Amino acid sequence: MGILEIKNVGKRFGGLQALSDVNLSVAENTVHAIIGPNGAGKSTLLNCLVGKLIPDTGSVTFQGQSLLGRKPHEINQMGVSRVFQTPEIFAELTVFENVMIPCFAARDGSFKLNALNAVRGQNDIKETAEAILEDVKMLDKRHMTASSMSRGDKRRLEMAMCLVQEPKLLLLDEPTAGMARADTNNTIDLLKEIKEKRDITMAIIEHDMHVVFSLAERITVLAQGTPLVEETPENIKGHPKVREAYLGEAQV
Amino acid sequence: MLGLEKKDTSLLIIVAILTMCAPFILNPFPADSAMAQFNAGYPDLMQRFVIFGIFAIGFNILFGLTGYLSFGHAAFLGIGSYSAVWMFKLLGYNILPGIFLSVITSGLFALLIGYISLRRSGIYFSILTLAFAQMSFALAYSVLTPLTNGETGLQVYNSDPQYFHSDAMPNIPHLFGQEMQSTYTLDAGAWSFDFNTGYYLCALIMLGMFYLAIRIFRSPFGLMLKAIKTNQTRLNYTGLNPRPYTLAAFVISGMYAGLAGGLMASMDPLAGAERMQWTASGEVVLMTILGGAGTLIGPVLGAGFIKYFENIFSKINDTVLHQWFAFLPDGIEDFLIAIVHPFVGKGWHLTLGLMFMAIVIFLPGGLVEGGQKIARKIRGKKAEDDAPAASDTTPAE
Repeated sequence: MGILEIKNVGKRFGGLQALSDVNLSVAENTVHAIIGPNGAGKSTLLNCLVGKLIPDTGSVTFQGQSLLGRKPHEINQMGVSRVFQTPEIFAELTVFENVMIPCFAARDGSFKLNALNAVRGQNDIKETAEAILEDVKMLDKRHMTASSMSRGDKRRLEMAMCLVQEPKLLLLDEPTAGMARADTNNTIDLLKEIKEKRDITMAIIEHDMHVVFSLAERITVLAQGTPLVEETPENIKGHPKVREAYLGEAQV
Repeated sequence: MLGLEKKDTSLLIIVAILTMCAPFILNPFPADSAMAQFNAGYPDLMQRFVIFGIFAIGFNILFGLTGYLSFGHAAFLGIGSYSAVWMFKLLGYNILPGIFLSVITSGLFALLIGYISLRRSGIYFSILTLAFAQMSFALAYSVLTPLTNGETGLQVYNSDPQYFHSDAMPNIPHLFGQEMQSTYTLDAGAWSFDFNTGYYLCALIMLGMFYLAIRIFRSPFGLMLKAIKTNQTRLNYTGLNPRPYTLAAFVISGMYAGLAGGLMASMDPLAGAERMQWTASGEVVLMTILGGAGTLIGPVLGAGFIKYFENIFSKINDTVLHQWFAFLPDGIEDFLIAIVHPFVGKGWHLTLGLMFMAIVIFLPGGLVEGGQKIARKIRGKKAEDDAPAASDTTPAE
């Protein structure tokens, strides 16, 4: 029984069957990659996990609890964090404020009317925020406005914001999309480091096979809305079905 | 001090000094001089400065922090006024119960309107609030005449019960016997300064509300509101629910508006439906943007700026213009007056409109941004004189 269980999930948009009969189990403390050609339903599947979309059929359970019908913020409070394809950060706020917000969410829940406490008096929050910035090596940039940073730094910041909540499951939606090679490698190193330091399960959606094979312990190949194969990286390479799905586009 | 950072404390002290010394600051010209036109130290005008200051500070908590543009905040102002006048009618002229009730009722209305309107964001939210405000206006103007006295406006009559009123008490709004209208005039040479009880009460309340706004801005709650403005998606996926945050901000700003309405009625015990009209809602939007949305001092500046123009520029008529240009030859005098005429008197809206356009185009951050630019220039020059110093990058608020 994995930490995340997806059973018979189907989702239809008008005439398009985006997902059909998806069964997937993500084991605890592993890095599970979901790959597949464009339009395979990877992002739809991810959106079904975080409460943005509700699947038409099937069930999604996280640690034995159903995620269906829950709002994104409720799912996050259960221990699921998400990194987006383009970093979603609080662009107008400073780096430090960006990291403090998830700390408040982790401590105070999804709503607290603490309008008369000063932010600067919250020493526990400040310490946690500083520690995570130290971890991602951004402590020197703490007073910068988030929007003024490079894309790679924004990505690091977004990861820091997710990690500071100590999620049990981290969902990554193409974390290296549009990045230069050096930035991609930095991200891989960062993710590896995170994996070493913490008990965390990761599910990665990725196009870049370099990233997938550097990180993943299990790989699921999705094609036309259904899982084709689920295997270890070694066995995926050269798997005939995978080659077929990609039409030889990726030399895996 | 008072749980504030040093920068905020000094801002609060500056505002306190300005409001306490307003009778002097706003009356810089001798009473008989030609420039006395520009004096703004009249009791009723000063009261309006601070009351609209409260209104704009509250509006800024919603608009400046969360970015939700409400186009119906005047409804809460009107509701506050009606509540206060009803208290005068039922209980008597002491203003405390009236102000108390005006805050409560406007808060309840804000809860209802906010709960419904906040289901949408952006332009749809603005339209929903506008629709609610126009409904309130229409109700107050005609349908709810027994409650609001329709077109005439709600006022206190001799036949009203006023259960706690006794003959010993003043027959105008007062606070435990201190009449709101009572004014002490200080004549100092050619100058004359008015010290009005009502103004000082409103100013003290405004200071309190300003302090509260600073606390909200600097609190975790305020940080969440700023986060809502920046990126709601990330907020959702960070485990925070934006709905109760925006609703709380909406209710708080509605209560500020209600307080302003209650104070307005306390200064002049009258409440009319026109106070709820959409132009009044638009005015507070103008004040906030003109002063600088999202800044602490901006809305207060904007409110003062607009009310000053409304009252001072509108008073300049052709007779005054003739006095000003009397030293010029007749032809040139008439020509100049013909040019200036559309911009003053009844045409003051034109001047205000042009200034608003100029500020929005050249200073999107409002008057506060203008002030910062000037300050930076002065500081920059000083730095050049001394030595190249690092410029301060954190914007002063």
